[in-house]
Amino acid sequence: MSVTTGERMVRVSPLRRLLVRPEMGAVAGSIVVWIFFAIVAGSSGFLSLRGTSSYLSVSAELAIQAVPVALLMIGGEFDLSVGSMVGATGMIIAILSAQYGWNIWAAMVAALIFAVLVGMLNGYLVIRTGLPSFIVTLGTAYILLGATTGITSIVTNGLTVVNAIDQAPGYSAAHAIFATALGGGQQFPIEILWALALVAVATWLLLGTSFGNWIFGVGGDAQAARNTGVPVTRVKILLFIGTAVSSCLLAIILDVSFTNADVLRGQGNEFYAIVAAVVGGVLLTGGYGSAIGALFGALAFGIVEEGIVFAGVNAEWYKAVIGLILLLAVLLNSYVRKLALEARR
Amino acid sequence: MHRLYKFIVPIVLSLLILSACAGGTGSTSSGGTSRNLKFYVVTHGPSSDPFWSVIKKGVDQGAKDMGVQAIYEAPPTFDMVAMSHLIDSAVAAHPDGLVVSIPDPSALGPSIKAAVTAGIPVISINAGADVAKSLGILVHIGQTEYQAGFAGGQKMGAAGVKHALCVNQQVGVATLEQRCKGFSDAMKQVGATVKEIGVNGGNPTQTQQTLEAALQHDPTIDGMLMLGPLGSLPAIKALQDLNKAGQIKLATFDLSSDVLQAIKAGQMLFAIDQQPYLQGYLPIVLLTLYKTNLNTIANDVLQTGPSFVTADNVAKVIQLTAQGTR
Repeated sequence: MSVTTGERMVRVSPLRRLLVRPEMGAVAGSIVVWIFFAIVAGSSGFLSLRGTSSYLSVSAELAIQAVPVALLMIGGEFDLSVGSMVGATGMIIAILSAQYGWNIWAAMVAALIFAVLVGMLNGYLVIRTGLPSFIVTLGTAYILLGATTGITSIVTNGLTVVNAIDQAPGYSAAHAIFATALGGGQQFPIEILWALALVAVATWLLLGTSFGNWIFGVGGDAQAARNTGVPVTRVKILLFIGTAVSSCLLAIILDVSFTNADVLRGQGNEFYAIVAAVVGGVLLTGGYGSAIGALFGALAFGIVEEGIVFAGVNAEWYKAVIGLILLLAVLLNSYVRKLALEARR
Repeated sequence: MHRLYKFIVPIVLSLLILSACAGGTGSTSSGGTSRNLKFYVVTHGPSSDPFWSVIKKGVDQGAKDMGVQAIYEAPPTFDMVAMSHLIDSAVAAHPDGLVVSIPDPSALGPSIKAAVTAGIPVISINAGADVAKSLGILVHIGQTEYQAGFAGGQKMGAAGVKHALCVNQQVGVATLEQRCKGFSDAMKQVGATVKEIGVNGGNPTQTQQTLEAALQHDPTIDGMLMLGPLGSLPAIKALQDLNKAGQIKLATFDLSSDVLQAIKAGQMLFAIDQQPYLQGYLPIVLLTLYKTNLNTIANDVLQTGPSFVTADNVAKVIQLTAQGTR
């Protein structure tokens, strides 16, 4: 290196620059699993429109939660309450609209307000207590699940599934916005567009605004960020509100398309969202990652989840395959990150 | 540039391992097919669950006997969203027939209708007897839950129980609620009362403690109906702990080795058996006959239960469970 060239001026090949993006592992992973299932199960419908629709809608539902969870994880925190939040907000909408005859839009606003409040509470508790968010949000997750089950049981006289949301006033407009199938029949539900829109907003936030810089800052080193004037508390609380609100969005989509709500709905999503984010290149320790990565993490997940159905593999193998892919993705990511550090030198 | 190869190595490796996975399992399920028919079975019960493993065994044996290929899919936990996606994918794989369980008709109905619209013959099993016909399903094979609960209530009422507990190990499943409703309606007819309590079926210790607390809270209770076999062993332990074994009549839905031993030992009055093996075996046979001979069943519901396992027939059933078919 000559004396006159600063280290930022070093020429890096475009290929390497592409390879060191955080989402690279997930993009490569998605392509690999897609090619794999196209070969193994292409003739049994995986490549058909209906097949494509089936894994895209699985991926979209996961991405709607995984992308805000990725933002939160980049900001250095976890949210294990996103699964229970789907059941809770879904049930709020169902009870208010189907049980008490509210307009479904009013019920959605109520659920949204609830989600914002719980998100604030999560963030506030984490900041004030200084406890790991892993534990705090696990607590709120159980409280949400238990309280939802209990209250639903009281209100509906022993039920845990509330049906007939499609009888509520305003349902047809809600169906058009949250549950339309863009293709023929049931194919290509509009949730795919919702997921893409969410990724676009999240990416703009991360890369195009100072709030995005703050997220990376608080995740990398909260104290250092605070010292440079970043409003750490506000950033983290907003991120927790983001995960809660996105879970509410998923609950709305599922409520409207299935016309019912189930207290158990969403259970387990909290870990799938983390897996998608990690496969997408988000560091568990915070400070690094991308929203597009989480989208591709979710895509790889959806392709595998539905791909093994087309491949005719019995479902008992599903978790083993997911675990394998998670491990491979993490290995790939850590390798790519090493490359990234070398590229900067 | 050699680093690029290093980058590709894990990808190639993952491909190899994945293909090993798919190849290994794919060959076992497609082995020995003489008829070129492929059926998908999508249920809400993972085959790791003892009850559903019997259904899976029925599916596998049916496929073997009929010379067809049957693929069993289920979400790893009770998850209607995941299950509806599994059905969508199974339909997209254009099989010759589809077997589904329908624990939540609102959530799964549209996906099942899509299968019927696509011209795929569909048979429902286990859950969904009341909606099968309206969805365009050929026949439902299973036990109507309310009637089964009702029959259980009559049997328990006849045994002289006055105040019973209905123990739900998986709060949130509509079919379990129907069982409990049928049970309490039958008990009401003989002037007995029923209280429902929820327990955590996945945790035996917790279940036992919950039951002990409930029994101590209300000492008039003289009967307990478990809505599934998971709670049976904890229930027996709870009764022994409280020195109430024998005073409180115990019965359960569905079989397990614990349940059968308890019936044999006289600790349990009866088990309501819906014969899951039939629910796995019969749909494969009927779909094969439909595809090859256009045979149909005239009934809307082919009842596989309730049948009862009591002290009279328990010895024989125990022999059969050893081979995994009861």
